[in-house]
Amino acid sequence: MAKPIDQQQNFFKGIVKENPVFVMLLGMCPALGVTSSAFNGLGMGVATLFVLLMSNIVVSLVKSQIPNKVRIPAFIIIIASFVTIVEMVLEAYIPFLYEQLGIFIPLIVVNCLILGRAEAFASKNTLKSSVLDALGMGLGFVIALTVLGAVREVLGNGSIFDWKFVSEDANTLILFILPPGAFIALAYLAILFNRLTLKTA
Amino acid sequence: MDYLVILIAAVFVNNIVLSQFLGICPFLGVSNRVSTSIGMSGAVLFVMTIATTVTYLLHHYVLLPSGLEYLRTITFILVIAALVQMVEIVLKKVSPPLYQALGVFLPLITTNCAVLGVAILALGLDNGSLLKAVFFAFANSLGFGLALIVFASIREFLELANIPEGMKGVPINLLVAGLLSLAFLGFAGLV
Repeated sequence: MAKPIDQQQNFFKGIVKENPVFVMLLGMCPALGVTSSAFNGLGMGVATLFVLLMSNIVVSLVKSQIPNKVRIPAFIIIIASFVTIVEMVLEAYIPFLYEQLGIFIPLIVVNCLILGRAEAFASKNTLKSSVLDALGMGLGFVIALTVLGAVREVLGNGSIFDWKFVSEDANTLILFILPPGAFIALAYLAILFNRLTLKTA
Repeated sequence: MDYLVILIAAVFVNNIVLSQFLGICPFLGVSNRVSTSIGMSGAVLFVMTIATTVTYLLHHYVLLPSGLEYLRTITFILVIAALVQMVEIVLKKVSPPLYQALGVFLPLITTNCAVLGVAILALGLDNGSLLKAVFFAFANSLGFGLALIVFASIREFLELANIPEGMKGVPINLLVAGLLSLAFLGFAGLV
């Protein structure tokens, strides 16, 4: 390590400058697949944050024990173990969310965000930096998914976090809770995000 | 008849990329040229079909009898990772031209969630059998290929288009994907 990492910057980079969804385009499948409501987006985000944090911790602790050649399979096993834990906990305690997220829970394993941070960051840095990196990146992911879910829910269903603010028979833009709406909503959010970050930069 | 329904459902109605959101990374990542997207589709077709065959057998003859279903995620991802490596080694030896065409795409496939996703979805088919699961994987990889190649052809045209500054790159691609997904929505109710 040439120079110590600025920990504050290390934490905040995941939220704005290197936001996994809007900027780096990592973990797009769950970002598009489960965000038909704000609650689902939040649930998926938190589940991913947990796996990301735990795998970053373990990877940074055992990094010197893992031979370089088998590091990717080793990382995948570490990640898959935590995903299995999340899967079982959700099934037992929040069955509603478990059903809503469905196939995307086991698919947290192949979320390129998690393997990407393990390989690019946790395997090279100290425990403390890795924890902050995971928290920043994870929070960036949670925020992105919740915002995307909220936008789609507001436009498509006239509600937010299941609180309906239009009458039952009002016409909403159902398109936004259907698959095409996911792409279109994310496209406009990405434009907006670019615009905002370019202004502050 | 059953198989025809699976085929139409997987390719058009529940297209794996455009309506189930699996395999978005390669869909956005390697779709700037039609030729590369054909290579990627070929590699996915190959790996997805073999991976589903192996994971289906493993699930039914190893995990289920020994009550180890909760290890599904871990075993499947390991099997897929190992399989991709093996396919790469075998192809290199047996069919160099095919390896030339698909080689660079193979390592990318391990983290393609479509492969793991289809392997898991194939376990949940009605009256599932090995043949059905394998056919399901085959049909889904055709759906992946169709979406990818159509998307790549549109992107080749986009290069010549005059796009507003703020929408260049990611946003315009996502919008095109959204419109394509809208077109595929028209198939809903077909099966």
